[in-house]
Amino acid sequence: MYEIRIHSRGGQGGVTAARLLADAAFRGGKYATASPFYGAERRGAPVVSFVRIDDRPIKVYSQIQHPDMVVVLDPSIMEAVDIFQGLKSEGEILLNSSHPITFEGYRTHCVDLTGIAIARTLVVAGSPVVNTPLLGALAKVGIISLDAARAAIRGMFSDNRNVQAAEDAYGELVL
Amino acid sequence: MQLIATGNKAIAEAVRQVSPEVVAAYPITPQTEIVEQIAAYVSDGTLASQYIPVESEHSAMAACIGASVTGARTFTATSSHGLLYMHEMLHWAAGARVPVVMANVNRALGPGWNVWAEHSDAFSQRDTGWLQVFVSTVQEAYDTTIMAFRIAEHEDVLLPLMVNLDGFTLSHTMQPLETVVVGDFIPPLHLPHAIDVAHPRGYGPLTGPDEFFRFRWDIERSMRDARKVILDVEADFGKRFGRQYGPIEEYRCEDADILLIAMGTFGKEAEVAVDDLRREGIKAGSLRVRWFRPFPVLDLSGRDVVVIDRGYSFGFGGVLTRSIQATTKAEPFSVIAGLGGQEVTYRDMAGFVRNRRPGEEEWFGVNTIV
Repeated sequence: MYEIRIHSRGGQGGVTAARLLADAAFRGGKYATASPFYGAERRGAPVVSFVRIDDRPIKVYSQIQHPDMVVVLDPSIMEAVDIFQGLKSEGEILLNSSHPITFEGYRTHCVDLTGIAIARTLVVAGSPVVNTPLLGALAKVGIISLDAARAAIRGMFSDNRNVQAAEDAYGELVL
Repeated sequence: MQLIATGNKAIAEAVRQVSPEVVAAYPITPQTEIVEQIAAYVSDGTLASQYIPVESEHSAMAACIGASVTGARTFTATSSHGLLYMHEMLHWAAGARVPVVMANVNRALGPGWNVWAEHSDAFSQRDTGWLQVFVSTVQEAYDTTIMAFRIAEHEDVLLPLMVNLDGFTLSHTMQPLETVVVGDFIPPLHLPHAIDVAHPRGYGPLTGPDEFFRFRWDIERSMRDARKVILDVEADFGKRFGRQYGPIEEYRCEDADILLIAMGTFGKEAEVAVDDLRREGIKAGSLRVRWFRPFPVLDLSGRDVVVIDRGYSFGFGGVLTRSIQATTKAEPFSVIAGLGGQEVTYRDMAGFVRNRRPGEEEWFGVNTIV
């Protein structure tokens, strides 16, 4: 089982990101679950969502204790939340960042999802939409295929700029 | 059709398949997605129900009862305080013998204000004469909601039915879902006591002690008859659509020395705990109580029993634990856990089994065994 924890802020679309990722993994022939942890819902508050992907039906509902990957949609959240908590020693980190950040001991991938969203004019209520480009980045890392990412995005959003943003992230992320 | 959906979405899809004539509902977290989705289906024309927006849950249930008495198929959904606000009308629905189907997204009751999973809301309505079933996956939520209409509307039952699913843990979790086309699996509703203007009858008049007593016995007789109807409907569902259900779900119980008993999503995660325990050489099995009313007949003889209870009767004990003690000779280790959405993992559950103390009660995290 591959387990992913997504850190975001309320209003940033982290819950939708988890659902899109599970949807894409499912379209790729895997079993997948997306379970957001809901706290007191308010804009800007730290939010965490969980995605599990496996070849067999998934029976676990409790929160992910030892993720294989941590996704951080807003790096400033690291001042408030320990994103490394429980992360497996061989685990990976995917950061939404315009500049490279490295963490000793972890493979870290950085991609400017916010920049991609703004360039594609994907801004809703003042917030750049980072969850659809995230799917492209996750495809590049190899969690899902780019085709599955495209299909999941089209299943939820009719605006094709979301698919283009995912393709942008796929192209920009250097492994 | 294969898709991936939340528990709430699955229930709305099931309702769209069965297509009740009337849906009357009031939103409440974490159930709101169900009635929002149904309202969207009605709005876009893919569901031909009369959708009645009401000002409260009490009115939602009253509207469902009123519609049901005319012979219409009805559905509503609620949670927590919304369910409690219906309390009077829940008794009325059972007493009036109307087969209203309701999804209840299990959530704790305040104060303190809490929106997370707990079974106290449903347990507090257990004596209203409603059938109650607790589901553990998105697929089961969908399948059970479809079966619910046929069971409740069966001439030997004609009682309202509550489908319970854990708030957020299941209502907001996305899992794969295979939908079905119900076809004639759900026959047209025939309510023998439906209002018929050609043959006027009185409804809800003053009822003397003798008749009243017989009406109450009739509810219990139907509740007992419901056991067979449930088995028949679940068997037919399995034959047509390939997924098997029963009053309980057993996992690796055949040769088990210790049974871990739970309800809802805990009962599914417990299967992972059982796998871990088996690898240690502990012969554990998971028994998930699916139907809560009518309560299943359990044979627990010769096995240790550990019960995880997500609802409590203050001054008495865990509701599931006490129900099992009342109907079997088991002396369970009763673990009170998960109230108000308390996090409980399969690792914790395996610990309950390893450290069991038959006959005793533990409040997980409050007086934890070391």
